[in-house]
Amino acid sequence: MPITTLLLLALCLAFVSFVIGRQRAYAVAKKNGGTKNLHSLPGHYGLMTGLWCALPAIAIIVGWKLFEGPIVSSLLDSSIPQAIHDRGSIAVDLYKNEINNLAASGNIAAEPSIEKQNAANRLISVRSYSSIALLILTIAAAVIGASLAYRKIKTDTKARPIVERIVQFFLVAAASIAILTTIGIVFSVLFEALQFFKQVSIVEFVTGTKWSPQTAIRADQTGASGSFGAIPLFMGTLLISAIAMLVAVPFGLMSAVYLAEYASIKTRSIVKPLLEILAGIPTVVYGFFAALTVAPLIRRMGESIGLSVASESALAAGIVMGIMIIPFVSSLSDDVITAVPQAMRDGSAGLGATKSETVRKVVFPAALPGIVGGILLAASRAIGETMIVVMAAGLAANLTLNPLEAVTTVTVQIVTLLTGDQEFDSAKTLAAFALGLMLFVTTLILNVIALRVVRKYREQYD
Amino acid sequence: MTEPTSGESNVNESNSSQPDPSSGGDNAVSSTSVTQRRDTTELVKATLARRYAAEKRFRWYGIIAIGASLAFLLVLLTSIFIKGWPAFTHSYVKLNVSLDADSLDVAENPTDKQIRAANFSGVIKKSLRERFPDVKKRKAKKELYQLISGSGEYLLSDKVRANPELIGQTIDVWFPADDELASLLKSGDDLSDPDSIVTRMSHQQIGFAKALLDAGETQTRFNKTFFTSGNSAEPEQAGIKAALVGSALTLLVTFLLSFPIAVAAAIYLEEFAPQNRWTDLVEVNINNLAAVPSIVFGLLGLAVFINYFQLPRSAPIVGGIVLSLMTLPTIIIASRAALKSVPPSIREAGRGLGASDQQVVWHHVLPLAMPGIMTGTIIGLAQALGETAPLLMIGMVAFIVDIPQGFTDAATVLPVQVFLWADMPERAFVEKTSAAIIVLLGFLILMNAIAVLLRKKFERRW
Amino acid sequence: MSTVTSRLVEPAVGHPKDYRSTTVSDSHQDVFDNIKGTVGDVTVDNPKMRLSNVDVFYGEKQAIYDVSLDIANNEVIAMIGPSGCGKSTFLRCLNRMNDTIPTCRVTGQMSLDGEDLYGPDLDPVLLRARVGMVFQKPNPFAKSIYDNVAYGPRIHGLAGNRAELDEIVIESLQKAGLYDEVKDRFDAPGTSLSGGQQQRLCIARTIAVSPEVILMDEPCSALDPIATARIEELIDELRQNYAIAIVTHSMQQAARVSQRTAYFHLGKLVEVGETNHIFTNPSHELTENYITGRFG
Repeated sequence: MPITTLLLLALCLAFVSFVIGRQRAYAVAKKNGGTKNLHSLPGHYGLMTGLWCALPAIAIIVGWKLFEGPIVSSLLDSSIPQAIHDRGSIAVDLYKNEINNLAASGNIAAEPSIEKQNAANRLISVRSYSSIALLILTIAAAVIGASLAYRKIKTDTKARPIVERIVQFFLVAAASIAILTTIGIVFSVLFEALQFFKQVSIVEFVTGTKWSPQTAIRADQTGASGSFGAIPLFMGTLLISAIAMLVAVPFGLMSAVYLAEYASIKTRSIVKPLLEILAGIPTVVYGFFAALTVAPLIRRMGESIGLSVASESALAAGIVMGIMIIPFVSSLSDDVITAVPQAMRDGSAGLGATKSETVRKVVFPAALPGIVGGILLAASRAIGETMIVVMAAGLAANLTLNPLEAVTTVTVQIVTLLTGDQEFDSAKTLAAFALGLMLFVTTLILNVIALRVVRKYREQYD
Repeated sequence: MTEPTSGESNVNESNSSQPDPSSGGDNAVSSTSVTQRRDTTELVKATLARRYAAEKRFRWYGIIAIGASLAFLLVLLTSIFIKGWPAFTHSYVKLNVSLDADSLDVAENPTDKQIRAANFSGVIKKSLRERFPDVKKRKAKKELYQLISGSGEYLLSDKVRANPELIGQTIDVWFPADDELASLLKSGDDLSDPDSIVTRMSHQQIGFAKALLDAGETQTRFNKTFFTSGNSAEPEQAGIKAALVGSALTLLVTFLLSFPIAVAAAIYLEEFAPQNRWTDLVEVNINNLAAVPSIVFGLLGLAVFINYFQLPRSAPIVGGIVLSLMTLPTIIIASRAALKSVPPSIREAGRGLGASDQQVVWHHVLPLAMPGIMTGTIIGLAQALGETAPLLMIGMVAFIVDIPQGFTDAATVLPVQVFLWADMPERAFVEKTSAAIIVLLGFLILMNAIAVLLRKKFERRW
Repeated sequence: MSTVTSRLVEPAVGHPKDYRSTTVSDSHQDVFDNIKGTVGDVTVDNPKMRLSNVDVFYGEKQAIYDVSLDIANNEVIAMIGPSGCGKSTFLRCLNRMNDTIPTCRVTGQMSLDGEDLYGPDLDPVLLRARVGMVFQKPNPFAKSIYDNVAYGPRIHGLAGNRAELDEIVIESLQKAGLYDEVKDRFDAPGTSLSGGQQQRLCIARTIAVSPEVILMDEPCSALDPIATARIEELIDELRQNYAIAIVTHSMQQAARVSQRTAYFHLGKLVEVGETNHIFTNPSHELTENYITGRFG
């Protein structure tokens, strides 16, 4: 039975319990001289009954579904012949996959191998038992929960505080999801990265200058061990991000200054949303544009003055990425510039400074920490940007600072390593997680510093 | 308090000079003495031209920055519109096909199964040969056959199956043109001068095209296929329906997960959270998550949901979960701002009537903050709709021909479809890619417009 | 705090409708109509600045009605009146600070040493170098103490070299009575000083440009009594060198520092006269009501 149906069933039961509970509360109230003698509103008793019905049921469904996969998979292990276990985990996975496909196709009799037939049959029966058991458990939990709550409906039961405590618990849980997500990211990336560093030394990874992640497809192959020196990727990422920042910072900053200090309210109200469109365009669109229009344009321009430009030059990806980040820099700078107290501008104007003198010599220095914070956030975004570089930058891990050549980046390699069919624990796949770890740590550091700087800056003028 | 020396000496100096400033220069002692103020005027006057020029330049920098950004936006959008617009139409070629049982290779009164196996492709080829009887060479014939899309035979097959009496008749049928022919016909190029045309078609094929065009046997219609079919390796058969459905399913999951969780988290943080380290930690986490590169969320999804919990690859359910984790910070931050803007007096009024803290929130604060929360949610979902990178990580790059039926079917989404098509070499796929981008941008504009309207309609000034 | 003045220091990019001017409400209409012209002599011999028939509008709303007033050399003129009476608005006309508010419109004749303030020869930059301004809240720049004072001379190119600039800074700090307190820490940020010191730093910053007139917009309203006394003393000393116009909310302050006093009410100039005269024997009923504390 699909999970959605089960959840709907639980919700229906909960609604029925809500109605019954409220009804019961009215009945109790009637016996005791009206609803004013109840501790809480009848609706609260209904909610209490409904929650006691739904919560255990939903907990069982979610828990069951989350752990059904791993458990069924491990049960399957026991039906796999020892011979296959001996051939290593890749063979086991392959075998399991076959059994899964077999079970899904339903055409088990066609399979020549008896073992597989048995395993597939076993899988089907385990799954159907699991499904029936879950259904029974769900209904039982719902009914027991609801009836327990039903018996508690008395005049002096504090239904509202009970309901509110449960709700409060959910609010806290929802707020904690942010922390869970961070922990999830750290653990998933760190765990796989550690697996990777067991196969490739961390020193080689951080200091190596050759990146060619082609590993042997079969263990007995020779000459294809792959090298995992990530320096070219870091340099490529830095090169493209630097080009992007060279475009984004002056343009973004000057746009922000013009909008904050010079533009009339009307101009501002038109231009600001237009710039924000630039931020709202999906990155895949920028990637398409960079690869199809900007890169050939730069190549042609370069060739017309006698330069050889790679068709996937760092310049094209960097420029387009920079343009994408302009509104980001501009709106963050706009915020900090308008936060500089008007009194400072007045003070400067009162001494006879022109507007640009005021901006350059008074407003900028005052807003500098905030602007730096904004630029750091923008840099972190440039480093983590994926689609533009995947589509417009190359795959070749060249170690160069020439913006006219093709370079590759961390994010490009993550995508390349992880798309397509991969064995999950090959060095190639795990390398993506090691790169992901680098990416996460770098951007995290940038973000933490930036957010701190900006926060401090805000406090200064609040 | 002030040092009498400096104060007094100035007093003396200026007393004598003050009444007539023009004669004051004589008894000045220092360069800053007030008696030299006429010099000040002259000095300032001397700088004015330079300073106003700098002012003007500075202003122009701002205008140029904004102008360049907006010009880029314009170029990006128009280039995509110009490229994508032709994909919304497709060219058709009229052929006179004789559906005699012989050519179809079927019996007199064929069953449905027999019709399905009939040689429709042969019939089409035959009618092409009849249309151009001069074509004799093998190569020329092959080129002729390439004019009609491979989907032609399915179209014919469907027609005959729906209406078996057609067998034995000779009818006129409009067949979809092959993508190259369609591009050629839609481009409006002058077909009598084949050398001037950029196409992969041979001169002979262009000749065929010209003959068909001159005879009025071609037609350009709205391209329904683009909206009603899934992906295909043949550009003229490729459509975005599968991606649209995939996007809708994914966004639905994202909304169902992120909206309640984000609102609950925002309510907790804004209304109930005590000022302590845990709350601080949660807030720092939320702000940081908002700036974590999206590809890292993809790694999380791959490691946790697919590899650990064994949820299906390429499925909208996993895509939705990943995207909701990614959009949570956006919606939480927007929701908190909306809750914060509800004045405290409303809460005090509620509490003053004896409502519990939660009742105040549910009955008064939340309804007032709802427009702001909805606006934030829509903007968050728009972000999610345009997101590509994390979905590549969880395998939503699959080649999806069939329309996904549920949350666990393999699916792709619109931006990923753009990414996939952008890689295809055929010229017609550039059209398709641009057209898919137009559709994607259309949805984004629609969502943002709704958000803006919501904000305008319910904006309240306290 | 007066509505007008506090609004005026807010960002000029804000909504113009936020500027609540002295538009007369119905209940005040009678009082407003009863102010007919100004009592007392608005002119002086040999004026530094002469302002006649000044009207100021914020968009549709009129903030100043037909005010004429002379500012004399070597004298402090205090402008007093209840909140929103237009005294700060008027002060900001004197060095065209109102130019920074897009919706503000000023009409009337205004001159500095006979030169038209709005004439083609008197550029606002030059005007503000000659007519300095000290604001309500101390507003040092986010720079060092030295750079704060050196800012004006630098932008105007007043110092030929570093030594000259040092001299200007030191002399200005001395004149503002701040030198001894900060001479060891010129590099400390201006914001690290106490409120009173900051305000004196702002005064030093103004003096450094060698202005002829100094406008002060409630310069002590954000300060404690001791710092206030210090500034008042300073104002009295500065009077020897400059023409000073001060807007104040405190009648005691006006009495202590000024030689002439102008009483504003509802955007009109009600009465002008010798400070002693105004505070001991006001001619207009409104002035009397105000200084005896019946409203304001």
